[in-house]
Amino acid sequence: MKVTVNRKTVTVKAHPLTRLLDVLREECGLTGTKEGCGEGECGACTVLVDGEAVNSCLVPVAQVKGTRITTIEGLGGSHPLQRAFVEHGGAQCGICTPGMIMAATALGPRPSLDEIRTGLAGNLCRCTGYAAIYRSVQRATKR
Amino acid sequence: MQGTIAGRELLQPRSLGDAVKMLRDEGPLVPLAGCTDLYVALNFGTLRPTRFLNLWNLDALRGIETRGNALRIGALTTYTEIMKSAAIRRRLPMLAAAAREIGGVQIQNRGTIGGNVANASPAGDTLPVLLAADAVVVLRHAAGTRRVPMTSFYTGYRQSVARLDELIVGFEIPPVRGRQWFRKVGTRAAQAIAKIVVAGVWDTVRGEARPRLAMGSVAPTPLRLSQTERALGSGASLADAQQIVQREIAPIDDLRSTAEYRRQVAANLVGQFYGEARKR
Repeated sequence: MKVTVNRKTVTVKAHPLTRLLDVLREECGLTGTKEGCGEGECGACTVLVDGEAVNSCLVPVAQVKGTRITTIEGLGGSHPLQRAFVEHGGAQCGICTPGMIMAATALGPRPSLDEIRTGLAGNLCRCTGYAAIYRSVQRATKR
Repeated sequence: MQGTIAGRELLQPRSLGDAVKMLRDEGPLVPLAGCTDLYVALNFGTLRPTRFLNLWNLDALRGIETRGNALRIGALTTYTEIMKSAAIRRRLPMLAAAAREIGGVQIQNRGTIGGNVANASPAGDTLPVLLAADAVVVLRHAAGTRRVPMTSFYTGYRQSVARLDELIVGFEIPPVRGRQWFRKVGTRAAQAIAKIVVAGVWDTVRGEARPRLAMGSVAPTPLRLSQTERALGSGASLADAQQIVQREIAPIDDLRSTAEYRRQVAANLVGQFYGEARKR
């Protein structure tokens, strides 16, 4: 089956029940997407499917046939959110960071602090206490 | 991940007709919607079924519409779609409230109301809403359609009247009069499974109170609290109604809470419902 990952068409040969997470990491070699809990609690594996944030550990690859997937690699490295996380201490150990940034990209334009908190409520971070993450997202989305 | 997909099979119907034929001819199959429960069980190594039916691409099962008097919600409608729907916010705000407290954005984008009902967890957040709203479950099989009131859908822990060859295709909800009310008690607003979840409607007919109340995570199935409703509706004291609800539920100790806590909170919630929903 064919799927578009970071604007490139990819042919996937995996078993249809393979987790999207495993296809991205092992078949596509895109290891920026992390596995945290593997059960939809932590959001570390968040990617976008047709612009919507999903936990890639909970999506069988069969269900993304023909969709457009964006991973952290697809942001290119100097996306405003990526720069803000570096500049404002939004990233510490780094495991939650790709998922946190991908969830943040799905927030609407100029989100309020409340909208940021709600939009990132499915992403857990054990380092920052979240304040630095919210600050990073606020700075990035105000530019 | 402790489980494995090796040896498991996913059937991919192209239409609803295809899907119900596969259920009849190639079953038993477990229908899959947003998969937010499936991969939790697979990850824990507790997933027993080996053959599945992928419903995700069946657009006939999506959508929210008003048909006649009833609000019709397709089984594949996600929590995000429920929260965004103007029709649901207007006619069934307690369902939008429930959807808002399920998981986080990622779960809301994938999890579906049909999956919530089919998964049949007594803690399912939308189930008390559907019970209190007098919703009807629409089941399709290869030879026809069957409608079952939500109040008689569950028969035991994770058991329902749906047959193996039947698919939940949607829900029909009659107009809900009166004030709607929803509360979920959990460890935090997002990503928490309910310690107790409750939905209620306070309707008044010719000056007479007709409350409807349903609770989850307090018994092997989500419960419509008919004895508590009768007490509240017949003008019994709140203290009496609170004693009745504690007898009507059958909570257990589990990793999220204790039976004792749930009994106390159930009574408190009946008090809140009485205090907040009754207001004009």
